[in-house]
Amino acid sequence: MRHQVILFALLTLLLGATLWVTSLGKVGIYSTFTYSDLLHSAWAHFKMVFIAVVIATAISVPLGVLVARPVFSPLVLPVIGGANIGQTIPSLAVIAVMAPLLGFGLQSAIVALVIYGLLPILRNAYTSIKSIDPAVIEAAQGMGLTGIQIARRIELPLARPVIMAGIRVSTVITVGTAELAVLVGGEGLGKITLTGVFAREPLIILQGAAPTAAMAIALGLVLELAERRMTPRGLRIEPESF
Amino acid sequence: MIRLENVTKVYPDGTVAVRRVSFEVLKGELCVLLGPSGCGKTTTMKMINRLIAMTDGSIYIDGSDNSTMDETELRRNIGYAIQDVGLFPHMTVGENIETVPALKGWTKAEQRKRAEELLELLRMRPHEYIEKYPRELSGGERQRVGVARALGGDPPVLLMDEPFGAIDPITRLELQNEFLKIQQEIKKTIILVTHDIYEAIKMGDKIALMKEGQLVQYAPPADLLFRPKDSFVAGFVGADRGLKGLQLIRTREVMWKSPPTAHPDEKTEAARKRMKQYGIDRLAVIEPDGKFRGWASASDAQGAGRVKEITKISSVAAGKNAVLSEALSLMLTSGSDVLAVVDQHNRLEGVVTFETIQETMREAVQGGASQ
Repeated sequence: MRHQVILFALLTLLLGATLWVTSLGKVGIYSTFTYSDLLHSAWAHFKMVFIAVVIATAISVPLGVLVARPVFSPLVLPVIGGANIGQTIPSLAVIAVMAPLLGFGLQSAIVALVIYGLLPILRNAYTSIKSIDPAVIEAAQGMGLTGIQIARRIELPLARPVIMAGIRVSTVITVGTAELAVLVGGEGLGKITLTGVFAREPLIILQGAAPTAAMAIALGLVLELAERRMTPRGLRIEPESF
Repeated sequence: MIRLENVTKVYPDGTVAVRRVSFEVLKGELCVLLGPSGCGKTTTMKMINRLIAMTDGSIYIDGSDNSTMDETELRRNIGYAIQDVGLFPHMTVGENIETVPALKGWTKAEQRKRAEELLELLRMRPHEYIEKYPRELSGGERQRVGVARALGGDPPVLLMDEPFGAIDPITRLELQNEFLKIQQEIKKTIILVTHDIYEAIKMGDKIALMKEGQLVQYAPPADLLFRPKDSFVAGFVGADRGLKGLQLIRTREVMWKSPPTAHPDEKTEAARKRMKQYGIDRLAVIEPDGKFRGWASASDAQGAGRVKEITKISSVAAGKNAVLSEALSLMLTSGSDVLAVVDQHNRLEGVVTFETIQETMREAVQGGASQ
């Protein structure tokens, strides 16, 4: 609970800074962005993140769960390893490569964000299944649960919190990476930040960067709450030591 | 009830895990699959509910070939309990036990009733435990719930893979004893896998001793101990088979039934005469309602007076189902060479002496050697 208090304080501070800069109206020779510019960019930013995370989830969860099956164990290294390598390439490079490949526009930005957001979800989806006690599955089989029943009643509830954690991490990362989307023709808060960079005006950089950070923190908090909600009650209890 | 015929398991890499194993377990019997690790005992067990597919041979359950039965249907009618228990951590104790009843389509009320019954049977207060989660239980409690869950759908057959393995020795003994009592009530046909010779002797009606995938000897525990088929069996049961045999014989089988006794209000002289008449130096003193009270010894019974004045009150007594090793340990700790055997209401059923135990063991070992 402690870290949430700190995050809430930070969130308030960041939103306060954003509102303050916006209220200035003018810094030096530049006008600050208006409230409606800000809202428009924030919404575009959120949409981009949302679409990218939904696509990354749709790809990673089934893939991770599948690769965790003993039958597909030869695929573990290429899939997880591949995603790992993807993560080591700087986000700027991934985004930059997209422009020549897919042209300028939202599509390039989203593809880049999906590629970059895959790994945390994929890794957690894989781990979530792998970390289920084999005895639990053996007992379920021994009692005559079918494969589908085991997946639905046993594996899914046990894996859900871990998968959700992966989605949360991926979302937070994507909010940050999406700042760069503007470079390949995407929308979002990056536009404001980048304007500040070109104008060499720190306060305008802050006007773009502060709400981005605020969005990352807010989404992180919301998804953490969802994660907790989705954790079955029996798993929230700390194991007693005997 | 369960019949294995030439059951064989060969893995794709050519390893023969089980080779032509045949034996039959009668209805209501507890059969122990015993052997060193890697001998194929667990594999053999798992072929019964088809968690492992057999390569050759057949297994009949209640007359029908298990390879022709629907896999899930087969498993729902065979209870399954394993060493690591594998309780579903996101389900309550009640929901865990209700798994198979739910799959079988029982009503919610029937499921709950069954869960309560089974918790009761395993000596866990239903209202206290039914809503708990596995993480809130101790190791021993989890094992109990595991057994309760295996019994959930009231299967006629139970497969248990080291069900008392992962717990401390004291809890294990307790659970074994309780399970034996429960088995007397429920009379399931059970196959239990263990590598623990003591557990095998204690629990098994029959023991199937395996080695390197083959069945070496299939016999009641006493035969395995005293009539080992070959040097492997003799080596496995160990040189101290006389001592192990103490676990096989129950006090009621060797006790002196309706021994002479004394009443507290009797004159000591009468008691002394009775001791002389039977050639013993101690009499069990019992209350008018038959409850065991203590001992009166000949050396104290010289003077006049009543028996109650010379009675050494004792609460040390064995149940009639206790095995001789327990009786012996009671004697050793109480420093007495005679032990009262009582029923559950503490009424005297008989007495066991140290000589009786010695005699019994000597006969057993010699009987085995002469074969």
